[in-house]
Amino acid sequence: MIYIPETIKSAFSALALNKVRTFLTMLGVIIGVFSVVALVAVVQGFQNYITDQFSALGSNLILVTPKVGEGQDPSRSFMGNKLSLKNVDTINLYLGDKVSAVTPSIRIAKTAEYKTKTYASTVVGGNYQSYSVYGLETEYGSYYTKFDDSKKANVVFISADVKEELFGERNPVGEEIKIENVSFEILGVAKPKGGTFDDRIFMPDTTLKQAFNVDVLSSIAVKIKENQDIDELMHEIKLALLKDIKADDFSVVTQKDILSSIDQILGVLASALAAVAGISLLVGGIGIMNIMLVSVTERTQEIGLRKALGATSKNIGRQFLTEAIVISVGGGMVGLFLGYLSTLAVKSFLRATIPWWAIALAMSFSIIVGVVFGTYPALSASKKDPIEALRFE
Amino acid sequence: MTPVLQAQNVSKIYDMGTSKIEALKGVNIGINKGEFVAIVGKSGSGKSTLMHILGLLDTPTEGEIILNGVNTKGMSEKQLAAVRNSEIGFVFQTFNLLQRTTVLDNVILPLKYSDVPSTEWVRKAKEMIELVGLQDRLKNKSNELSGGQKQRVAIARAMINDPSIILADEPTGNLDSKTGDEIVNNFLRLNSRGKTIILVTHDNDLAQIAQRRIVLKDGSIVE
Repeated sequence: MIYIPETIKSAFSALALNKVRTFLTMLGVIIGVFSVVALVAVVQGFQNYITDQFSALGSNLILVTPKVGEGQDPSRSFMGNKLSLKNVDTINLYLGDKVSAVTPSIRIAKTAEYKTKTYASTVVGGNYQSYSVYGLETEYGSYYTKFDDSKKANVVFISADVKEELFGERNPVGEEIKIENVSFEILGVAKPKGGTFDDRIFMPDTTLKQAFNVDVLSSIAVKIKENQDIDELMHEIKLALLKDIKADDFSVVTQKDILSSIDQILGVLASALAAVAGISLLVGGIGIMNIMLVSVTERTQEIGLRKALGATSKNIGRQFLTEAIVISVGGGMVGLFLGYLSTLAVKSFLRATIPWWAIALAMSFSIIVGVVFGTYPALSASKKDPIEALRFE
Repeated sequence: MTPVLQAQNVSKIYDMGTSKIEALKGVNIGINKGEFVAIVGKSGSGKSTLMHILGLLDTPTEGEIILNGVNTKGMSEKQLAAVRNSEIGFVFQTFNLLQRTTVLDNVILPLKYSDVPSTEWVRKAKEMIELVGLQDRLKNKSNELSGGQKQRVAIARAMINDPSIILADEPTGNLDSKTGDEIVNNFLRLNSRGKTIILVTHDNDLAQIAQRRIVLKDGSIVE
């Protein structure tokens, strides 16, 4: 009686005789599974990243963003951006009693320098209320004030990672950093908050406009007071802003809306990528079938011998099927491992994780590929006539 | 004495579409336990067909094969495979060893299809390998062996399940005369220990070592 562990052992021995060929056969499945796992992990990483960003902001936040309608050029959010500081004043004017803080938000990527050290950061311009809107907490010093806003003071409030990179463990309050050769005094340092919040440099929007000649608002962030109906307030903000700009020029959204549309986009992206990975697995499976058929022909005499020595057709079929499954599952495991390595490679900038269902999916696909594409060669092997097979040269 | 192997009125007809070839015509053979029998015949005499039928690799068109008193007619593929595994040891002209596989693993192969527990495999295989004098070649791959050594491995493999019959098809056909003699001596030793041996050959000189010769011509026994 030939048992399953022995069949698997025999399969390994047979495959080990042609290591290069076995590896090349596995390659299709390796690439397929690696693609599935790496892509799912990266998409998951993006989702984590975005969720982190929004959860760090809190749930009582309404964002006014430039509108990019369906079929419109996405660059419109930058090029045709009609948002201005006037809109901030309008919101304050009409809804001041219902909102606790309103800030314009201007974001630009800049490198900060301190002596010989540099740090690639996102500089965020906002008014003094942005501290409350972004839910920041202070580790050292303080945030800039309304006065700093109005006098366009060259002051900054830096996040945890910026401080860590440029100053180490030291309290940097009072030190000066340079951004594009403009000096800024550090007023305070934020407590770590997680996600990209920790690589930001906050400064008054008035300062940012003057120092870097940027006049485009990325968004307007509105923090609503407790017990306010968020949907009703969104409607009121829309009505207020319509006094300044056209309905086509802005969107009023909550984090939930943004997360949902991003999820939708990532979902479509993931499906498209999964289809590509699926094709890769299909090609891998055809490769396995091809090589297994070659193997059956090459080992015809061995099949005859095994039958002469007592193997049944079922034994022979099972042996070849096991070899196909070992190739595909082996490929799947290698692909999974490489996928895991890819998550480590992007770990520094993306919290990519492999969900359990992706592992289960990848391994199930590997087994299915092995079974589906190994069955025909296995049947072909099992049906060999022992006498003909023994005579085969 | 009841024969260990009987062929009763065995015929084999190959249907070639437009014509039919009668490879065996009503062959009757009885081989007793412990006998050394040579089946001799020229090419095309039907000796290979007879060997395949006696070895249960093929079924006769007519007639019956009775092994150890059991009629094999109507047995399923699985039953025939089990009988081949336990009752018949094959030795082929071309050795038919698994290439790039060790001597030990080649000899173990029939045990994988038997009821012998896997914990016993290595011990039994080593015993058989020692019997053919290759104990210092256990870990050698089959392709690293000489022709004579390969055939001795094949004999050890044939003996591993302690079969009732050893069926050897031209076992010296691919060997030089000196090595061939060594192999013949191996068969004689096995026979002296009571093993039934059926030697299929076209070589009349080789057939002389058998206790009894069965000569085939055009599918019939003539002697």
